[in-house]
Amino acid sequence: MEAIVSIAPPPDSVPPAAPAPPRPQPRVHAPAEGARPGTAGREILRAEALSLFYGRAQALHAVTLSIPERSVTALIGPSGCGKSTLLRVFNRMNDLIDGVRIEGTAMLDGTDLYAAGVDVVDLRRRVGMVFQRANPFPKSIFENVAFGPRMFGMKSSGELDDLVERTLRQAALWDEVKDRLKDSALRLSGGQQQRLCIARSLAVDPEVLLMDEPASALDPTSTAKIEELVLDLKTRYTIVVVTHNMQQAARISDRTAFLMQGRLVEYDATAKIFTQPAERLTEDYISGRFG
Amino acid sequence: MSASVFPSVAPGPSVRELANPSRRAAQAGWNVLWTGVTGLATLWIVLIVAIILGTIVIGGWRTVTPTFLLGNPENGMTEGGIFPAIFGTVLLVFLMIIAVLPVGVLAAVYLHEYARANSPVTRAVRFAVNNLAGVPSIVFGLFGLGFFIQFVGRGIDGALGQGVLFGQPAIVWAALTLALLNLPVVIVSTEEALRAVPRAAREGALALGATRWQTVWHVVLPQALPGVLTGAILSVSRGAGEVAPILFTGAAYYLPYLPTSLTDQFMELGYHVYVLATQSPNVEQTLPLLYGTVLVLLLLTFALNFTAIVVRARLRRRMGLRD
Repeated sequence: MEAIVSIAPPPDSVPPAAPAPPRPQPRVHAPAEGARPGTAGREILRAEALSLFYGRAQALHAVTLSIPERSVTALIGPSGCGKSTLLRVFNRMNDLIDGVRIEGTAMLDGTDLYAAGVDVVDLRRRVGMVFQRANPFPKSIFENVAFGPRMFGMKSSGELDDLVERTLRQAALWDEVKDRLKDSALRLSGGQQQRLCIARSLAVDPEVLLMDEPASALDPTSTAKIEELVLDLKTRYTIVVVTHNMQQAARISDRTAFLMQGRLVEYDATAKIFTQPAERLTEDYISGRFG
Repeated sequence: MSASVFPSVAPGPSVRELANPSRRAAQAGWNVLWTGVTGLATLWIVLIVAIILGTIVIGGWRTVTPTFLLGNPENGMTEGGIFPAIFGTVLLVFLMIIAVLPVGVLAAVYLHEYARANSPVTRAVRFAVNNLAGVPSIVFGLFGLGFFIQFVGRGIDGALGQGVLFGQPAIVWAALTLALLNLPVVIVSTEEALRAVPRAAREGALALGATRWQTVWHVVLPQALPGVLTGAILSVSRGAGEVAPILFTGAAYYLPYLPTSLTDQFMELGYHVYVLATQSPNVEQTLPLLYGTVLVLLLLTFALNFTAIVVRARLRRRMGLRD
């Protein structure tokens, strides 16, 4: 088990959030409601009565969910239901938008992500993100993967070479690109670009990987590769994936959260959601009656 | 009950009735006419450019010889060459770019990457930048004289206490005045270039844990570099041709030597053209020199532009982007 870098705020800046529920200790985990003992690992991400506002419009309504580590969690729901917004809560990418306000708490490994003094840069290193459209930098394949490590100060070219190879292998891309690492990443196919972006995220050694519809712009073959990769990666990383593709959610996820109009309708083991959902709304959505 | 949600329309000819052959023929006629009119307008511009360039090349090409390019003006500027003016122009533009690029690019980065979009402050700054772009260049010249020479230069001289050194027209003040004139060009074109960098690129870097500055420096600015260069190209063209801002701030009527320090005065091609055209004791004899000087000024500007365009194209290709 790798060492976990603490992003805890200094002791004097404990947030004034009054009746905060007792925080789960990093290692001693009590399963939260919804998490079934035995089927899920230790909790790593948690949203607690989380509401989010874009100016006056409320995008998330008191969402509470707990995501176990080394698993794949799918967020599904109709367009505009808030699933991408929820995803971006966990690496604070919503901070980049003016006028975003958050109530409630979001936690990574027991630490409040929105407490004063949280190092957003370190948080984003620990919680990587892959976007809907592959967005490699207009640099070489090698430089794309080396970008993060370089930024954090890795200079030795030997170390970088090793890391780039290891990471590209992890992302199942090494064999396709090993002879042209110096080529522009923009010359790769869409599916290869997306796997490169996954490699780029893995290169900074994250604990969680957030994926925002990672395969929605790809052809079926490339999609299959990404899905295979996700299943492979969950042995080491916690993966949260937003998807519009119900079959994809069923194929790759362990747990599925169904959101609608900013509310968490149902969250359970994927098998349960897709066979005997508790909520009528969930059933209607997954059977294609709306959305 | 039966009231339609559509307002009632007076009955008129249907589209099919309107599109009858005679009307189509009339429309085709108008089409031909407008093709001709717009074409003529374009031709007019091409013609004007051709006349200007033709006159200059025909009048000047015989004058532009190695001795002309490398010699000093002689005999009350009715003979000799223009080397000091070429040298002064290149040095001036070079200093100007050094002064304007960092400030302009950083200001644009602040406005586009750091400042809140559309906050009152940002809007006020943009408004000021746009107004700066509209100020006549002679006003910049007077400002340069008043601010850089009288205020800054004299201030430095007073502090040094060794007589007048900075408090007089000099190439450094002329370059700074030109830089000020070109600041809006650089800011606006850099902002344009930053706007063209996709949001996804910034998010990609930030999501890896890059700080805002690392994102700007390693991802955004490299992608914006071709656009930044466009701003530099524009300001080079403008800087090499502007006479008014340097009139009071450093350009010399005639200098027998080349500027060797920042506090020296200098000769400049544009100003030299003005001098040859208005101050010559012998107009007939000066005319070929005048043509030659204008030709060199044009060629120099083209050469600087061409270099910058080649560099820009190369940068884009290296990034794998299309030209």
